[in-house]
Amino acid sequence: MYLVIYLGLARHAEQTMADSLRTVGQGHAQHPDVLFTCQALAKMSDEHVRRLTPIVERYGEQRHGPEVSEPERLHAEGLASVRTGPVGLLRDLQDLHVLGTLTQTTWTVVRQAAQGLRDAELIAVCDHASRQNSRQLSWLNTRLKAAAPQPLIVGG
Amino acid sequence: MTDRIADIWGERTPHAKGTVWPARVDQHLEDGIDEEQVEQWVPSACLLCSNGCGCDIAVKGGRMVGIRGRAGDVVNHGRLGPKGLYGSTAWSRSADRLTRPMIRVDGVLTECDWDTAMARIVERSKQLSPLEHGFYTSGQLFLEEYYTLAVIGKAGIGTPHMDGNTRLCTATAAAALKESFGADGQPGSYTDIEHCDAIFLYGHNMAETQTVLWSRILDRTRADDPPVLVCVDPRRTKVAEEAERTGGVHLAPRVGTNLALMNGLTREILHRGWVDEKWVAAHTLGIDDLRAIVEPYTPEHVAEICGIDAEKVTRAAEIFGTSANVLSTVLQGFYQSHQATASAVSVNNLHLLRGLIGRPGSGILQMNGQPTAQNNRECGADGDLPGFRNWDNEQHVRELAGLWNVDPLTIPHWAPPTHAMQIFSYAEEGSIRLLWISATNPAVSMPESARIRRTLAGEQCFVVVQDLFLTETARLADVVLPAAGWGEKTGTFTNVNRVVHLSEKAVEPPGEALSDLQIFLRYAGAMDFRDDDGNPLIPWRTPEEAFDAWREASRGRPSDYSGLSYAKLRGSGIPWPVTDAAPEGTDRLYTDAVFPTATDRCETYGHDLLTGGTVTEQEHRALRPDGRAFLKGAEYTPAHEPVSDEYPLLYTTGRTVYQFHTRTKTGRAESLRRAAPDMWVEMSPPDAAGLGIDEGDVVRVESPRGWLEAPVRIGHVKEGTVFAPFHYGGDPGRQANELTMTVWDPVSKQPTFKTAACRVTKVREGGWPAPAPTTAASAPAGAGVPPTAGGAPTVSRVVPVPSYPNDPASIGGR
Ligand code: SF4
Repeated sequence: MYLVIYLGLARHAEQTMADSLRTVGQGHAQHPDVLFTCQALAKMSDEHVRRLTPIVERYGEQRHGPEVSEPERLHAEGLASVRTGPVGLLRDLQDLHVLGTLTQTTWTVVRQAAQGLRDAELIAVCDHASRQNSRQLSWLNTRLKAAAPQPLIVGG
Repeated sequence: MTDRIADIWGERTPHAKGTVWPARVDQHLEDGIDEEQVEQWVPSACLLCSNGCGCDIAVKGGRMVGIRGRAGDVVNHGRLGPKGLYGSTAWSRSADRLTRPMIRVDGVLTECDWDTAMARIVERSKQLSPLEHGFYTSGQLFLEEYYTLAVIGKAGIGTPHMDGNTRLCTATAAAALKESFGADGQPGSYTDIEHCDAIFLYGHNMAETQTVLWSRILDRTRADDPPVLVCVDPRRTKVAEEAERTGGVHLAPRVGTNLALMNGLTREILHRGWVDEKWVAAHTLGIDDLRAIVEPYTPEHVAEICGIDAEKVTRAAEIFGTSANVLSTVLQGFYQSHQATASAVSVNNLHLLRGLIGRPGSGILQMNGQPTAQNNRECGADGDLPGFRNWDNEQHVRELAGLWNVDPLTIPHWAPPTHAMQIFSYAEEGSIRLLWISATNPAVSMPESARIRRTLAGEQCFVVVQDLFLTETARLADVVLPAAGWGEKTGTFTNVNRVVHLSEKAVEPPGEALSDLQIFLRYAGAMDFRDDDGNPLIPWRTPEEAFDAWREASRGRPSDYSGLSYAKLRGSGIPWPVTDAAPEGTDRLYTDAVFPTATDRCETYGHDLLTGGTVTEQEHRALRPDGRAFLKGAEYTPAHEPVSDEYPLLYTTGRTVYQFHTRTKTGRAESLRRAAPDMWVEMSPPDAAGLGIDEGDVVRVESPRGWLEAPVRIGHVKEGTVFAPFHYGGDPGRQANELTMTVWDPVSKQPTFKTAACRVTKVREGGWPAPAPTTAASAPAGAGVPPTAGGAPTVSRVVPVPSYPNDPASIGGR
C-alpha cells in the first residue's frame, strides 16, 4: 500500500514546513511580523504532525516504496538557512510557499485515499490540516505581495 | 467659578433614561479677560481628544483668549473638559512657536524663507522615484488637508507609502469595523448613552481619555434608573469604580489576554441561549466557525489565563446577554494590546449574536484616539483609499482615477498602503529617501523610540517636518516648515460618531507660518503635478474648494458627504452620511441590518484574524455576504514577550487625564502642566513593598530594549504590572516608549504598546510624592498625598435644552 509512504511524506513535509518557518522567522527577526507570524504558522504544522503521528503508527510507517523515495528528497529541500536583505526575504517566503503547496497537495492525495478506506479519523486530520495549510499559504502570499515592489524597484 | 483641574467632569446634570442629555455651557477665559471684552466668538470644535466637542473660540485683539462650549452641539451639549478649557488656546502664543522655515546648513537648522525651504524639498523630491517617497501624517490635520495630501501622494507622486499616527491609535477601530461590517464607520451614536441598559467599556478609560463623554455617562449612572457598567481594564480606573457602583463588574485581565476573555464571553452567550437565532441567520455569516473557535474557553479556563474570577466572567456575560440594549465602547486597552483586531472584532460579534445593532441604545463605538483620525481614514492620507474604497477592487481604483483624471496605474494598489511601522523600516533601510512628517512627533510616540531617533537622524533619509514647534522629531529634520494650528486656519473634521464640524479661522498664524493646506498646495504647485489632460492635478485653492472636491469623492460611498457644505456646517456638527435622502445627517448606521459587505461595495475582503492573511476576491464572492455581517473569531495565543526571571513584571502604557499627544499643546497650558508636570510610573502596593519602594521613590524601569527613570506612584494598577503614561518627551530616559516593542497587530498593523516585560530597581529615595495626579486612575493607594487642584477659574451655566435634530430622545418629544 503506497498510502503509508504518503503518510510519511505528509508527516515529513509538515515537519520540514515547521522547521523552515522557524528558520525563516528567526533569520528575518528584524521584521517582527515575519518572526511572530512564522512562529504561529509553525505551530500549526507542529499540530498536524502531532495529530498524524498515531495514524502513521496505526498504518505502520514505510519510508520507501519500490519507486518512491520522496520523503528524503523533500527533506533536503527544507530551508536550513536564510538569505539576507529585502530580496532575500522575498526568496525565502517564496520557498516557504513552494513547500506549503507541496504539503497541501500531499494532504489532498492522502485524503482521497482516506476516503477510499473510509478512515474517518484520517479524513478529519486531512481536512483540518488542509484548512490550516490554506491559512499558511494565504499569509505567505499576502506578505509576498506587500514586500515585492520596494526591493525590486528601489533596491536595497 | 469652578476649578476644573480638581473637578474634572464638572457638576452632574442627571436625567432619566430616554430623555435628552441636559445642556450646560462651560467656559474659560484667560486671566484678566471678561466676557464683555471678547470681540468675537468663532465657531469650532475642540481638537484635544477624539470627542470633538463643539465650541466657540474667544478672540480679542487678534488673539485667542478663551473658549466656551456650544449648547446646540450634538456632541457635547455645551460641555468642555479640562483639556478643552485650559489647553485649547494657550499654546498659540508660546514664545517657542515656529515662525520661519528652516533648513539644515552644515548640520545646523538655520532659518530661511519659504522659497528656499520649498526649493530644497522639491529638488530632492524630483530626484527620487515614487517609491522613495514616504508621508507620515497625523490625527491633527483637517479633512481638506488630508484629502489634498492623499491626492498628491496617490495621484501626483504615486506612492503607497502614506500613513498617519492614526496607525498608533485607531487603526484597529477601522480594521475591526471593516472585518465585521465590510467598511469603516461607527454603527453607534453617542445618543445610545441615553437609551441603553448596560454599557461595556473594553480597555477604555473614558473618564480620562474623553472626559465630556464620560460626564454624559455619569449623568445617566447618577440618575435614578442607571445603566449597569462593565469595565475591562488592568487598572482600577474611575470607570472600574463606577462599574462596581452600578452593580456591574470590573474585569482586570492580565495584560495581553483580552482575546481569551472575549472568547469566554462569546462562549457564554452561545451556551446560555442568549443568541437571537433568527436575526443571526438572516443577517450574519460564520456562526458555526465562531462556535468552534470559542468552545474551549470555559469560564474556568478563561479565569486561569486572565487571572480573574470565573464568576466575574459569567456575571459580565449575563449582563451582556440579558440587558435589552447594550452600548459597547472600545479603546487602546484593546487596540494597542496583543491580538488587537481579533479582540475588537469579538465586541462586534457579541452585538451581532444578540442582534443589538442599529437601534437606539444598542451601539458600538470602536473609538478613536484623536479628533481627526476618522477623516484621515476617510480621505486616505493614511493606509486607506479615499471614500473607504477597496485597494483590491479594480473598479474602486478606476473610480478614483476618473475623479482625478489620471491613469489607474498611477494609483498604487498592488497591496494595501504601507503601514507606519513599515514606512519607518524602509526609511531605516534607506529605500525611502524622503520622509515628510506633518503635525506629529514619532520620536516620542513610536515604539522603541531610540530606533526611530536613529532612523530620523541618519543620512540615508531626507526628513521634512511640518509642525507648530521644534519638537523632538523636528530637531532631527533636514527641513522644518512652520505650520498654522487650530484656530489659525479653516477646515473640517469628524469625530468618532461621524459628526462633522467646521472649525473656522479665528486669528492669523504667527510669523510666516502657513496652514498645512497651503503648504501642501505650494509643494504640489512647485512639483507641477498634472492630470492626463495636462491640467493641474489639484485645482483647488481654498479649504472650501478642497471640501467640495472631497464631497464628490465621497459620493455614494458609506462616508457620504454629498449633502454637506460649509454653509450647512455653520449651524453645528452633523453626522455623516448626509445625502439628499438624509439632509440632516444620520444618527446611526445599519438601522435596516444591511451591511456594506457586498463584494463590489466592501472596503476589504477581510483577513485571517490570527495571521493577517488576506481573503481573496474569489473567496469573498463565494461566501456571498450580500449585506450580511461577518462573525469572525481567532484563538487566543500568548503575548510576544512573556515575563521571565530577568524581566518579571508586565509593562503597560496609557494616556492620563491632563495630557494629550506628546504634550505639544497640553504641556504648554499652565493649569494642565501643573496638574501632572512630569513623568511617573505606577506600581501596585505589594510589588512596591517587595522591592522596598515608597511613594515618590525614583526607580529604573528596564525592558530588553531600553530604560526610563521616574518616581513611583503606588497606586491601583494590577499586581505584577507596571504602568507608564506615554506623553512625556524630552530626555530619552523618561519616555514610556523606550521600553515598548516593535511589534504590531497582524490585521490592523497597529503597534503593541501595552505588552512588554520589564524589571524595576530602586535608584534613590524620592522627593515625595510622585508628580502623578490624584484625581483619576493614578490616585495613590495610600493616604496623605495632597489632592491635585489649582486650575484657573471656569464657569458653567445650565441652559435650556435645545432641540437636537437627530437625537432620538429629542425627536421623541421633549
Ligand atoms: S472631551 Fe475632548 S474634545 Fe471635549 S473638551 Fe475635552 S479634550 Fe476637548
